[in-house]
Amino acid sequence: MKHEVSLYILVMAVVTYLIRVLPLTLIRREIKNRTIRSFLYYMPYVTLAVMTFPAILYATDTPVSALAGLIMAVILAWRGSSLFVVAGAACAAVFVLEWFIA
Amino acid sequence: MIETHSTWYRRGLRDGIPIGLGYLAVSFTLGIAAEVSGLTVGQAVWMSLLNNTSAGEFAALGIIAAGAPYLEMAFTQFVINLRYLLMSCALSQKIEPQTPIWQRLLMGYTVTDEVFGISVSVPQRLDPFYCFGAMSVAAPSWALGTCLGILIGDALPARAVSALSVALYGMFLAVILPPARKDRVIAGVVAVSMGFSALFAWTPVLSQISSGTRIIILTILISGAAALWFPLKEETTDEA
Repeated sequence: MKHEVSLYILVMAVVTYLIRVLPLTLIRREIKNRTIRSFLYYMPYVTLAVMTFPAILYATDTPVSALAGLIMAVILAWRGSSLFVVAGAACAAVFVLEWFIA
Repeated sequence: MIETHSTWYRRGLRDGIPIGLGYLAVSFTLGIAAEVSGLTVGQAVWMSLLNNTSAGEFAALGIIAAGAPYLEMAFTQFVINLRYLLMSCALSQKIEPQTPIWQRLLMGYTVTDEVFGISVSVPQRLDPFYCFGAMSVAAPSWALGTCLGILIGDALPARAVSALSVALYGMFLAVILPPARKDRVIAGVVAVSMGFSALFAWTPVLSQISSGTRIIILTILISGAAALWFPLKEETTDEA
């Protein structure tokens, strides 16, 4: 059976959009339940932390340069630098370190 | 505090720039993979414009190349992208309850890991126009990177792609660490989350679990535990 690439793309687009849009459109009121509110309060930190580590170590060509990027990002983020500065400095750290290794 | 949709939109545009740069790097590698899977430039760009999800799209390429059933595509995308459901729940509480439906529908398009990350870090209420602004930079970058990956896959120096790849993780850290510094519970939650994430990634049996599933499992377990042990104080539920 031949499958159409465009149909695959349509299927994935519909599924992905529904996942993203349903809670936003269905939950129209403020949730009063304290436990759920607390869960949703902590949730972003957990999700973003889980996504960041250890994945960042494998994002670059070598874990050594990734570690340099990670350390740079942690120091600047801890000091409260802006998104752009943290992201840019992490990239620069990786770039410079790979320059020396290579 | 008077903030118009326009100022929110422009703030979103500004904060969307590092996201766009990171997206260029990641979607560039996605474009290279898309070419290997036999997609045309048009198909790959449409896929990126309509989906904006790196793990989901990489998985999709494998499914398309294998000619697997459509149902498998639907199921795989559901599992890999389920984390957006949780993010969307959190965002539903971050915006004004009377936000019009068209803004909610449009906002659904902007729920990516990164735009979500910067959106939840906005103090107090979130105006959807902030997400629209960020996505106005992020989505075209994602599509452009995919396109360039297919067209000039090996022209960009590998070292530049490698360096740009950490941009998105740097942003995540910029979102979670400043609040962690101020709040010891958040600091603990972040540390525990990273610890368990590493445990799942590096332990023989647990490492079989896909990263998408790992994110869901750990998010529910750790956020749930934190909510039970350290519930928010009632006064923090007040609106500003």
